[in-house]
Amino acid sequence: MLELRGVTAGYGQFTALWGVSLRVSAGEAVAVVGPNGAGKTTLMRVISGLVSPREGDLTFEGQSLARLPAHEIVAHGIAHVPEGRRIFPMLTVADNLKMGAFLRSARRGYRDSLERVYTLFPALAERQKQRAGSLSGGEQQMLAIGRALMSRPKIILLDEPSMGLAPVMVLRLFDLIRRVREEGYTILVVEQNVRQILKLVDRAYLLEVGRIKMEGRADELSEQDFVRKAYVGL
Amino acid sequence: MARLTAAAVLAIIAAAPFLPMGGMRQYALHVLVQIFIWSFIGGAWSLMGRFGLISLGHGAFLGAGAYTTTLLWNFWGLTPWLGVLVAVAGAVVIGLVLGYPCFRFRVVGHYFALVTLAVGEVVRLLVIAERDWTGGSLGVTLKASAGEASLAAIQFADKRVFYYASVVVWLGGLWVWRRVDRSMARSALEAIGEDETAAASVGIHVTRFKLAITVLSAALTAVGGVLYAQYFTYVNPDTLSGIGVSLRIVFAVVLGGMYSLLGPTVGSALTIALSEYLRVLFGLKFIGMAETIYGLVLILCIIFLPAGIYGSLRAAIARRMARRRAAPA
Repeated sequence: MLELRGVTAGYGQFTALWGVSLRVSAGEAVAVVGPNGAGKTTLMRVISGLVSPREGDLTFEGQSLARLPAHEIVAHGIAHVPEGRRIFPMLTVADNLKMGAFLRSARRGYRDSLERVYTLFPALAERQKQRAGSLSGGEQQMLAIGRALMSRPKIILLDEPSMGLAPVMVLRLFDLIRRVREEGYTILVVEQNVRQILKLVDRAYLLEVGRIKMEGRADELSEQDFVRKAYVGL
Repeated sequence: MARLTAAAVLAIIAAAPFLPMGGMRQYALHVLVQIFIWSFIGGAWSLMGRFGLISLGHGAFLGAGAYTTTLLWNFWGLTPWLGVLVAVAGAVVIGLVLGYPCFRFRVVGHYFALVTLAVGEVVRLLVIAERDWTGGSLGVTLKASAGEASLAAIQFADKRVFYYASVVVWLGGLWVWRRVDRSMARSALEAIGEDETAAASVGIHVTRFKLAITVLSAALTAVGGVLYAQYFTYVNPDTLSGIGVSLRIVFAVVLGGMYSLLGPTVGSALTIALSEYLRVLFGLKFIGMAETIYGLVLILCIIFLPAGIYGSLRAAIARRMARRRAAPA
């Protein structure tokens, strides 16, 4: 469904990704793991159109995405949950979700999507009229994911969903991501929390200093000595 | 209830020129016309300001509007009815030239304000530099049309004509404000104002929305400039472009409240009334005193009433109503 071939990208003089190739098939959950500064966030920004690739090819359902601006990428059915829970803090929870269905194609199914999000995240339904900025970190992350679902995406990009959350919340959040997954969404997630995320996804890529170092099935990867030592902490 | 109040206020506004005012009629009308014109301009400014697009250079659009119609009339005798179209087109072009690079390259917040500040000054300096046809810093007087009143030239000796014209334009401004307030664009712009990355991630075309509101605000401000020029029949770079007038617009709107429909009107009315009062009170004594007091009042209001006078008042009334409703009848 989503395919990157030899993507090189960066900011100004600095190159953050060197010839990265990866693939996500429909219905799959795929993780990109790696240490800080590996280029994970840049990778997400390339796919969602916030950074355009310098070289390489990027296709979604056979159509090229390279050089499309961010708002058009959303229209193709790719929802991005940016790093650091970029919700609209002064708007209410309900209005944040409403903004998620900003596109005309999403507006049509607004009520239906809203109900799905509230069923998935009952905590959000309870806080509909509260300002998003007053939610806890975990709830804000749920809201960010819920908002992405409102655009009726075919694939969801999650950028470091566990960042800045208390360990208990991380477990709950991963549980929620599992439920999103069971709803049939295709997911591409970038994480530092390797051990947890490998339990959740089908396949994973290991990204280091801008290059894919390893790839494979999640259960196989977590058995690799090198991954275990470096990231799992066993 | 709100409808009734609005109808009553409109009736008073419509009847105002015929109310007995002693010998003060001409002066009172003059002040009122100014209030309506500046309220309209303030409203145009707040279209951008309320979404965090703080412009400190609206004088650029104001001056472009006022000078365009004045010069077209003086040199080629083009009626201001057509001149206003050229004026709006000119302001739109300035808005695009200012907005597109800023929005494309994400010049936001203070940096955007600084860019607009410069644009306002550029227009003022251009007017001064091109003195052969703009009259430079001395300004230029609108050529008088033949006779007492001319519809084609939009010149009328009777202040009441301008009074009603400014009321109509002001109402038009309120109508536009409300249209924007109730549109999808408002949600999009609010989202952009809070977080551009997040807004783009839900599919909002950030640059396009910001440009659209900038162009709208610039066009309306130019119309305000045209009205000002037709009423005063004299334009001058310091009163219509540059930092001074740009900040004056901002102060009035911030004072009244930029997030509410009538905030800019209340703010403009108060600042104009206050500066008129201080001017009459001090006259030629204590030069600078009027400006000092004016500045102090503004600072106090901005510190203690961040939502503006009208905005704060409305919030207080809403709270009280909610409490009354909550209490058992």
